[in-house]
Amino acid sequence: MIHVNTKINGDETEFLCDPRETMLDVLRDKLALTGAKEGCGTGDCGACSITVDGRLVCACLMLGAEADGREIGTVEGIATGEKLHVLQQKFLEHAALQCGICTPGILVATKALLEKHPDPTETQVRYWLAGNLCRCTGYDKIIRAVMDAAKDMREAA
Amino acid sequence: MMRFEAPDSFEGAVALLAAEGGTTRVLAGGTDVLVQLRSDMFTPDLMVDIKRIPGVHDVTAEGGGWRVGAAVSGAELNEHPEVKKDWPGVCEALDLIGSTQVQGRATLTGNLCNASPAADSVPAMIAAGAVVTIAGPDGEREAKAEDIATGPGKTSLKLGELVTSVFLPARGTGGGDCYLRFIPRTEMDIAVVGAAVSMTVEGGKITAARVSLGAVAPTALLVEDAATAIIGSSLDEAALTALGEAASAAANPISDKRGTVAFRTKVAGVLAQRAAKTAYERAIK
Repeated sequence: MIHVNTKINGDETEFLCDPRETMLDVLRDKLALTGAKEGCGTGDCGACSITVDGRLVCACLMLGAEADGREIGTVEGIATGEKLHVLQQKFLEHAALQCGICTPGILVATKALLEKHPDPTETQVRYWLAGNLCRCTGYDKIIRAVMDAAKDMREAA
Repeated sequence: MMRFEAPDSFEGAVALLAAEGGTTRVLAGGTDVLVQLRSDMFTPDLMVDIKRIPGVHDVTAEGGGWRVGAAVSGAELNEHPEVKKDWPGVCEALDLIGSTQVQGRATLTGNLCNASPAADSVPAMIAAGAVVTIAGPDGEREAKAEDIATGPGKTSLKLGELVTSVFLPARGTGGGDCYLRFIPRTEMDIAVVGAAVSMTVEGGKITAARVSLGAVAPTALLVEDAATAIIGSSLDEAALTALGEAASAAANPISDKRGTVAFRTKVAGVLAQRAAKTAYERAIK
């Protein structure tokens, strides 16, 4: 077993993992952070999107052992206590989720997008989310929610 | 049982790889290695993560060119305005691989050493004249990008060797490169055909060129006949026709679910022509 010290959503965290275990397995099975979902396990669907040192990645394409000394961000860290993030609020308002499996990954991915591009075009949002698949095909409402959240966040900034 | 090591030097990595009696994998971005691991396609006895080695995340100016560390991700390279200005073709080729999430991890070095015939950044590196540095039990050596892959999933790297960086040479004035690929949709797919062209243009005439094709042979090809077809020309119709014919003639593809031999052979010529036009426009700008 490998002993890993890391920071997840700002909290110092340590865990033991098998060398073959992915970061996604560690989050879900060891740390009870089940927001990140396993859709494909091969980096195609984006349901396990997390950030590592601020960079958007798929947790299924990373070993848990690689997290040592890194800063991990998951969907569980997006809200502030009971207060939802603007993106989460807009997803509710626009009904931008159906079954909900893709939603955590899309929230993490779009939060990363808006930090880098606060004023994205619709095309930019769609390309950025090319690696986040929605099995219910509810893409249009997702895009509308993201554009609306971006507008609110710009006005608040 | 797989052993995981994250050494803090290339000497340490080489020692680990050379001493291992079983199978090994080097972990950079992991976007191919982790998929292989999960599908039980391949589980090495030893996995060596190189991302703790100082300098592997750096892009450094060197002799007018750029040295790209083995763990520099697609996202990082495409955030480097000067490399993008010098080698837009290499940057766009790497950027085409996978999603935003994959870009957060995928590397030039990993794409090269994974040795997929359809790797997008490899034709672009070959056209650019990229040279990689290799660390091994006998010290350091250099190799051309086109000399790394020897077949699907196979490389010329010897026991204990690993690529430490990719060097993109000095671009100089009047240079331009471009990479194009054909896929049946707009994003997130594997090349049916890829074509990269790099050239130098002086006074409207092409004085040097390199053309490389991907996904039409067991490894990416450096097509010298295609380069010869346009050197000395101003990329007029006759030169473009000769370029397309040379590219199609060099293509030696298989038929699979992505495309037939006839389709790939034709598209290789068409994409080489289009990539040459864009490389030319970039060179004279």
